[in-house]
Amino acid sequence: MHLSAIVVFLGLFFLIAFLGFLSARWQRADLGQLHEWGLGGRRFGAWITWFLIGGDLYTAYTFVAVPALVFGAGALGFFALPYTVLVYPLVFAILPRLWSIAKHHNFITAADFVAARYGSPALALAIALTGIVATMPYIALQLVGVEVVIAGLGFPTHGVVGELPLIVAFVVLAAFTYTSGLRAPAAIAVVKDVLVYITVLALVIVVPLQLGGFAKIFADIPKHLLYLPPVQGNDLGLQSFYITLALGSAMALMLYPHATTAVLSASGPKTLRRNWIFLPAYSFVLGLIALLGYMAYAAKLPSNPSLAPYFHAYGPQFAMPGLLLQYFPGYFVGIGFAAVAIGALVPAAIMSIAAANLFTRNIYRAYWHPNCSAGQETQVAKLVSLVVKFGALLFILLLPTQFAIQLQLLGGILILQTLPAIVSGIYTRWFDPRALLLAWALALAWAIWAASLTSFQKSSYALHLAGWTIPGYIGLYALLLNVLLALVGTLLLRSLRWHSTVDHTDAAAYEELRQDA
Amino acid sequence: MKIDSQHPATGRSAGVRHRLGLPGLIYLAIPCLAVLLLPLYNRADPQLFGIPFFYWWQILWVPLSGFFLYLAYRRVEKGR
Repeated sequence: MHLSAIVVFLGLFFLIAFLGFLSARWQRADLGQLHEWGLGGRRFGAWITWFLIGGDLYTAYTFVAVPALVFGAGALGFFALPYTVLVYPLVFAILPRLWSIAKHHNFITAADFVAARYGSPALALAIALTGIVATMPYIALQLVGVEVVIAGLGFPTHGVVGELPLIVAFVVLAAFTYTSGLRAPAAIAVVKDVLVYITVLALVIVVPLQLGGFAKIFADIPKHLLYLPPVQGNDLGLQSFYITLALGSAMALMLYPHATTAVLSASGPKTLRRNWIFLPAYSFVLGLIALLGYMAYAAKLPSNPSLAPYFHAYGPQFAMPGLLLQYFPGYFVGIGFAAVAIGALVPAAIMSIAAANLFTRNIYRAYWHPNCSAGQETQVAKLVSLVVKFGALLFILLLPTQFAIQLQLLGGILILQTLPAIVSGIYTRWFDPRALLLAWALALAWAIWAASLTSFQKSSYALHLAGWTIPGYIGLYALLLNVLLALVGTLLLRSLRWHSTVDHTDAAAYEELRQDA
Repeated sequence: MKIDSQHPATGRSAGVRHRLGLPGLIYLAIPCLAVLLLPLYNRADPQLFGIPFFYWWQILWVPLSGFFLYLAYRRVEKGR
């Protein structure tokens, strides 16, 4: 047990729990309205949006998994960097329009938009279900980050006593999300980021000094890990996988329900665009975090007898916590571990709110209780956010962690298949909803089949084309198939004049509103 | 809830946003291309503070992408 680390950790944890409950009073409004509880009233300015999107996208799992990947797989793990470089230009070009349309019609979710744009409840249901299914394992994975740091504090993580801290953390999270809605993670995100920046800066300054500089660290890494292997004959190998994985992950990130929730909660397109100029600051930190994997490698952490049992239990995932334990005093370990744990609660809260919004709007209200009042709607969303979180908790407690990791991998592939319906809808009503739905279903089926080839261990598929072998990200290949099928299907329906022209959205909604200051 | 502003056909005056247009799209495409052209940077040299090219090139494009996003922002919000 590390007493000073535990004291600091608990102190910070109580601070954010208090903030979470207090945030219900912030920009006070009627929390019985879904756009207030679930989107913070669409009033978050540039600063809060920056913290909220940052807290949303750079999760605890990122802090643990990215160094773990670099530690274990070398250069391939660095794909997280091009991925975050690609994501902001993409969202900059596309999402402000979605914000304007959503504001105009009071849409809470992307599926709301699809339902109105195509007049197709079935297509909207497909989008909503994909979102919920992709989000659930993502929430569960946040718990893995918490589990690793709780173990690092010296608690056992197995058996009933060992799981108690995790359960307590989650009950607190569930309670303040229930009462405060999206305001809670927005308020906590600020504290989380301060802790993360302090921890990461300390790590990237102190550890290289201890290890004798970056040149020495990189000299310790085997050459075959340091770069992607050269193209062998007609096989592009890891190179094409690296690029397609980065591009596909960037597009998938934009479509995740929790990303939509954070984007729609901003006060306007100008806020969003200004915010995206500065969001790469997080990616910069992410790049430094990725390098921690090499530092852990060069420091030969697993051969340290006091850390060996953790590496035995958690593998490369202990790279970042291990560096903290190796090089820092107890109180600072407490700060770093609190950053990871709180870094799990922020996105877990946003994700559960996003999933709850989807369920309430696109399943409960669309199919079950179309005439429900605003108050009933919000009450359902609050309850569903609880169900979603406890589902994720049970997931981690009862099933092997590996399942959550594999499902999250699959989740990214699945969510990417909602792109044609959502993104094309922002620009044009040309596509036919039935063609989009069929293309979505077939692309999903192909993607799941392709992932099953590696027993859901990898997200790579080797495409053979004109004598070349092009291993690539399954999600991106499935998306190409998806777009192709939607195009062919729509052309066919249009040539037979069987296409639908229903559109419940206003043309004026596509012009940006001047609302945002 | 309808908070419509001015008429879209007549309202392209002060305070109204401009289209990204071709220059805007080019600004956004530059950082994307910089990290997508993997064969150009999948190597060790030139190093910077002992960090191989592969790593510092990709990290460098993070702040640079912010700069190009700023150019695109200026284009949309101010028409420059």
